Amino acid sequence: MNYKYSKTRRTQLIDRLAYKVFYVIAILIVLILAALLIYILVTGLPHISWHFLTGKSKPFQAGGGIGIQLFNSFYLLILTMLISVPISLGAGIWLSEYAKKNRLTNLIRTTIEILSSLPSVVVGLFGFILFVLQFNLGFSLLSGALALTIFSLPLLTTNVENALQTVHFTQREAGLALGLSRIETVLKIVVPAALPNIVTGMILAAGRVFGEAAALIYTAGQSAPAISFSNWNIFDLSSFLSPFRPAETLAVHIWKVNSEGLIPDASSVSAGASAVLIIAVLLFNFIARYLSNRIYQHMTGVKS
Amino acid sequence: MDPIKESLLKTSRKAKQEKIGKLVTFLCILLIMVMVVAIILFVSLKGLATFVVNHVSPFDFFFGVNWNPSAKPPQVGALPMFLGSFIVTVLAAIIATPFAIGAATFMTEIAPRTGKKFLQPVMELLVGIPSVVYGFVGLAVFVPITRHLFGGSGFGIFTATLVLFLMVLPTITSMTTDALNSVPRNYRESSLALGATQFQTIYKVVWRAATPGIMTAVVFGMSRAFGEALAVQMVIGNAALMPTSLTSPAATLTSILTMGIGNSVSGTLENNAIWSLALLLLLMSLVFNLLVRWIGKRSSLK
Repeated sequence: MNYKYSKTRRTQLIDRLAYKVFYVIAILIVLILAALLIYILVTGLPHISWHFLTGKSKPFQAGGGIGIQLFNSFYLLILTMLISVPISLGAGIWLSEYAKKNRLTNLIRTTIEILSSLPSVVVGLFGFILFVLQFNLGFSLLSGALALTIFSLPLLTTNVENALQTVHFTQREAGLALGLSRIETVLKIVVPAALPNIVTGMILAAGRVFGEAAALIYTAGQSAPAISFSNWNIFDLSSFLSPFRPAETLAVHIWKVNSEGLIPDASSVSAGASAVLIIAVLLFNFIARYLSNRIYQHMTGVKS
Repeated sequence: MDPIKESLLKTSRKAKQEKIGKLVTFLCILLIMVMVVAIILFVSLKGLATFVVNHVSPFDFFFGVNWNPSAKPPQVGALPMFLGSFIVTVLAAIIATPFAIGAATFMTEIAPRTGKKFLQPVMELLVGIPSVVYGFVGLAVFVPITRHLFGGSGFGIFTATLVLFLMVLPTITSMTTDALNSVPRNYRESSLALGATQFQTIYKVVWRAATPGIMTAVVFGMSRAFGEALAVQMVIGNAALMPTSLTSPAATLTSILTMGIGNSVSGTLENNAIWSLALLLLLMSLVFNLLVRWIGKRSSLK
């Protein structure tokens, strides 16, 4: 009796101890993230000023800004999304609506999985030989956007497919019963119904694309030549709209400043730039979260 | 022919639309397929040139311990970088897995509400932080700490492991959470009904049932870590030497890749050897993919 009693006690003790350990791990992880964010913001925010956000970067002296890099990051993101959103939409629709359960579909899913697990350096190097050298695009925004398209396609396609899958099949049946063709049903009924999820996924993917650097070093290049914001001719290399100019993005700038160490204030520039990058990514996250909550409320009437 | 019959025999507008729609969406898929094939083909062609054009023996490449492709005679042993990548990846996974399992268990078994409210957003944010920012934090925080604790330059495998730990933690955690969530509820209920405590239920039932899923999560995290370039490149020191200690500078496949392509001329052995490293990286990513499939297949048989 006594022995049994002590054994139960021991298991109970272990149970309670384990309970605490799980709490400690959870708290530790939250603390790590908090420390990370606080560190980046505390070291970075003091360097952020209007001059820093809009000024030109300096190759060798201190006191440079990140204006062009910041603009390049956003412009590159827009270009990438312009190319990859239609493709991923088409691919997602095919996978969700037309794919039969056969070998071909299996093969396609496997290739998409492979693409999504490819290291981004490899994608960047592929972009370097194909777009930069073979297609003769040089280090340019366009090469960068194409490389980032490859990087983001599996992400976006899976997102579109999953979003379409959540739409109930009765909606499709209703469309077909009204005499619409399948593609019309998809485009006019299923895609609009899935749009909230699609958009949320795309914003999250945009956040990933915004911070990507490894795929860009050898495609969009590591230099940010001066651009003119009054020149609207997109074929002129000095125009801010030209997709053919080399364009170092914010993420690439952080990497380059740190690994080359040519400017004396590298750590403060990268601290400031990191803070800007983090804030942008946080914004993407919050917008996605807010949108999905709003849409959830809109569609179900339940406050989550 | 009477018009009704004619209209019935002709392909309708809707049918044409349908055909076009199907074709266009399939072309999108085809484009993705072509890209993947092109990537594998291009990188293989470039990477194999070292062995075919420059007649370096594969044995020297895979097991050589000296990397100095610009020397005479050139030395293209990829083992130091491969080992560097491998050690960093495995260490990061070893540290991250307990944390990930702990966090995932917390989120699914211990406190699902608090977990959903705090831990899940935390994980999503950690995934969202760009890798260069991790690299910068590693450079600004981990390198000085390592230097202070262990001496040396602070650059090396240990620091890279810490950075990678942070980077793979959310990946492994979120996949482990999915694995634990997919364990049927009645498993837990039967265990509790037999008198097991909650922790006994967790480690004797839930974790065991979810083992294949957890393994998949870990392999996935490792494949992420293996391919990560810039964050690692910034903190590992980039010395292509056989790794001898955790705190001395080393190199990974990705770190040599990012630095090397820009510094060599296309067509030379130096350049080709770097492409061979890219090929090695590609092959490893395929191996990780196969591993995930193999685990999935084995667990679905049971």
